[in-house]
Amino acid sequence: MKIVVTGIEKQAAEGLTIAQLIADENVESPAYVTVSLNDTFVEQGAFPHTVLHEGDSVEFLYFMGGGRPYAIHQ
Amino acid sequence: MPFTNEQLERYSRHILLSEVGVKGQRKLMNAKVLIIGAGGLGAPAALYLAAAGVGTIGIADADEVDLSNLQRQVIHTTADIGKAKALSSKETMLAINPEITVNTYFMFADASNILDLIADYDFIIDGTDNFPAKFLINDACVLAGKPFSHAGILRFGGQLTTYVPGQGACYRCIFKEPPPKDAVPTCKQAGVIGAMGGVIGSLQAMEAVKYVIGKGDLLTGRLLTYDALKMDFRTIRVPRRANCAVCGEHPTITKPVDYEQTECDLRAD
Repeated sequence: MKIVVTGIEKQAAEGLTIAQLIADENVESPAYVTVSLNDTFVEQGAFPHTVLHEGDSVEFLYFMGGGRPYAIHQ
Repeated sequence: MPFTNEQLERYSRHILLSEVGVKGQRKLMNAKVLIIGAGGLGAPAALYLAAAGVGTIGIADADEVDLSNLQRQVIHTTADIGKAKALSSKETMLAINPEITVNTYFMFADASNILDLIADYDFIIDGTDNFPAKFLINDACVLAGKPFSHAGILRFGGQLTTYVPGQGACYRCIFKEPPPKDAVPTCKQAGVIGAMGGVIGSLQAMEAVKYVIGKGDLLTGRLLTYDALKMDFRTIRVPRRANCAVCGEHPTITKPVDYEQTECDLRAD
């Protein structure tokens, strides 16, 4: 099936989940990436069981601070 | 009051634009824009807003100019090393345009001062470099009903979005809460190409100008991303989250919050 990942059309296996796509795409800091699927945010907890379908469009949104970053404590 | 001949000449390239004209230039001259952070993003934003004749510009930063800043923070010069960034910024802005008023705030924004800081301004530019400050500015602007421009830069990448009350997602809709320590690239891996601040900070100034003159489409409900290595600009639609903790239907954040942070310095020593 064809899906669109960050604006680029790709071939993907049937049954591919968002969690698998994140691994395939080598997404940086995957636990802190925001994902939108067809312009709707997907909660982190739903990544493993959100299955992609033909024509789906996935975006990864990353944290970006500044040139002199700070370590953040929880 | 009519424009002086000098003003007509200074702003002639604005006045020639049908979207600006005398009316739009007057709006700019009556506008008040606050820039939080006089660094890589705030520097170009401040330069363009001063040149544009934005009547009152606030600049907030508690830091002093450091040699390592000069690779990207183009409002400061080598002679400014050791000087308060807010003061250095003010001097450069007034050198470009002595007609404007620049208010300096020698402080870092925190939960105790942010609402007072933004209260008098029409539009806020987030030029900070850390996540606690970005969430603080977002929350304060949502709570106070102020429009603002978010931006972030890292390595060869940049991002930007504009929040206008009642229109589109806020920063917390997209990112929910600050990442924990070391969860996202920090000082050891990071760095930023100097011109990235120029690109993204100038876009923040552009959004402020468009908001003030009331022309064009703002970057509301969209996140612009820029990948300099691929030379690719994209805008990604970002929806509001109905359960957003600050702008959602049942907000749990009703006043500004400070998140703890530890500074991590890149100096060689």
